[in-house]
Amino acid sequence: MHSDQHASVWLKCAAWGGLVFLHFPIVIIAMYAFNTEESAFSFPPKGFTLHWFSVAFGRADVLESIGLSLKIASLATAIAMVLGTLAAAAMYRRSFFGKDSITLMLILPIALPGIITGLALLQAFQAMDIQPGILTIVVGHATFCVVIVYNNVVARFRRTSGSLIEASMDLGADGWQTFRYILLPNLGTAMLAGGMLAFALSFDELIVTTFTAGHEKPLPIWLLNQLTRPRDVPVTNVVALMVMLATMVPVFLAYLLTKGGDDVAGSGK
Amino acid sequence: MTSRSSLPAADNSPVFTPPSGLLYRAADRLYRRPNLLLALLLLPPLLWFGSVYIASLLALLWQGLYTFDDFTMLVNHTLTLENYARLFDPANFDIILRTLLMALAVSAFSAILAFPVAYYMARYASGRIKAFFYLAVMLPMWTSYIVKAYAWTLLLAQEGVSQWFVHLLGLTPLLDALLALPGVGGNTLSTSSLGRFLVFTYIWLPFMILPIQASLERLPPSLLQASSDLGATPFKTFRHVILPLSVPGIAAGSIFTFSLTLGDYIVPQLVGPPGLFLGSMVYVQQGSIGNMPMAAAFTLVPIVLIAIYLSIVKRMGAFDAL
Repeated sequence: MHSDQHASVWLKCAAWGGLVFLHFPIVIIAMYAFNTEESAFSFPPKGFTLHWFSVAFGRADVLESIGLSLKIASLATAIAMVLGTLAAAAMYRRSFFGKDSITLMLILPIALPGIITGLALLQAFQAMDIQPGILTIVVGHATFCVVIVYNNVVARFRRTSGSLIEASMDLGADGWQTFRYILLPNLGTAMLAGGMLAFALSFDELIVTTFTAGHEKPLPIWLLNQLTRPRDVPVTNVVALMVMLATMVPVFLAYLLTKGGDDVAGSGK
Repeated sequence: MTSRSSLPAADNSPVFTPPSGLLYRAADRLYRRPNLLLALLLLPPLLWFGSVYIASLLALLWQGLYTFDDFTMLVNHTLTLENYARLFDPANFDIILRTLLMALAVSAFSAILAFPVAYYMARYASGRIKAFFYLAVMLPMWTSYIVKAYAWTLLLAQEGVSQWFVHLLGLTPLLDALLALPGVGGNTLSTSSLGRFLVFTYIWLPFMILPIQASLERLPPSLLQASSDLGATPFKTFRHVILPLSVPGIAAGSIFTFSLTLGDYIVPQLVGPPGLFLGSMVYVQQGSIGNMPMAAAFTLVPIVLIAIYLSIVKRMGAFDAL
């Protein structure tokens, strides 16, 4: 419902004010990462330094947590991309018995509060005598990441016209060639965008992870533990900034990959 | 797609002979049998979700029927409805009510903050400004949850940023007055319900903006023209045309703000007064006490509340705006 009139001053102020509200805490995090003070949150900061970055990167526990989170996010994304794309391929066109229930089932892990998913998985692992660890974290993450990939790929499938496939087959390509040269290039960016978002989601997921992590400390859990421990504040600030960037970059890339379409990746989490 | 079998087979074409490997034959066969293809495609996701997720969820609710012995601190498999009945104990009911009120308040306030942003995006912004707004809403939505919560502990801390700004703007008396309100206030912002409410609103706000924006985007301009042609003032058009038609978007956004607040236990742990939240109660029952049956029973509460909430907003058209 775009209009060529100009917005009133009040509306402009409220809209831009909303954006400022959304970004102000993020700016604060970025600023405190360079803060010279060791244990205070006083504002404005007394001085700026890069010192804490070298301290943070010299800490074995920080590096270990980063490595662990990258590993978990990569594995969970890989599983989610396979399952999400398969589900999207099955669901995009045909209607069949139970289709709505399957959609609901895919959405449920992110629609229900994380604490329910986390607790459900934890007691299932306990019942099966599976020790919590990397494997259990990955299983949990993959489960709620599927829907992210699914949403992106199914939107692309819907935009890919069926006549493209028919044209390809009419021109003599077989099923495999059609898949390889028509369908896959079409889906590629949507799958990639979905994968990026899934990666970002997995990288900073905290609530389900607290239940499935056991003694492992992925980055969000490391951060949460830090919050109750006031002595490491500067290192915490630096890691917080890095986690933020690590989730923002994939989301930004996903946006670039899918902009111009009807369904821009990332508009729903 | 199924019409292809009636067409002359492309394989007979003299100009092109497709390779006849196993992979190619399999791909062709699947194309001709959509049901088999559908079954094969759905099998892996169904197996995964069925075995990992649905089974765990059902097992969890079943756990809520087990008995927890307070003396031995052990769970035995005698079935009882006591855990579910104990949800209505005054102490537990307080927790449920507190969480529910917070979720409703956060949803309402998010809608108020989100509406101007969404309205401006949909109606006045175009081209680069619109893309900028879009990204500017999307990036904070995806930014690490724990980092956002952490940022607010910095913001609300004593001598922290918010205090500095409140002082700068001379609003200290107003803040003190707000903090003195019973039920809302507390000693400082970071230990008050008001602080917790601000953090929740902040974290879930983008989830409200985007659905409202999408619903406003779909509103046909001709409706607004018709309204003004028929003599309505811009305010009347807004009040009687735009606002009612954006209700599905607001309702869709509130699904997220409501359900995410309802199940959260990290923010209540970091900011606000000591009283437990639903999520924290589940966490404490499971983690500190080890009473898995009671924790399982407690998870039924958000499930039921969300189901009720969904059935209400469904009538407001929320599902069409998702």
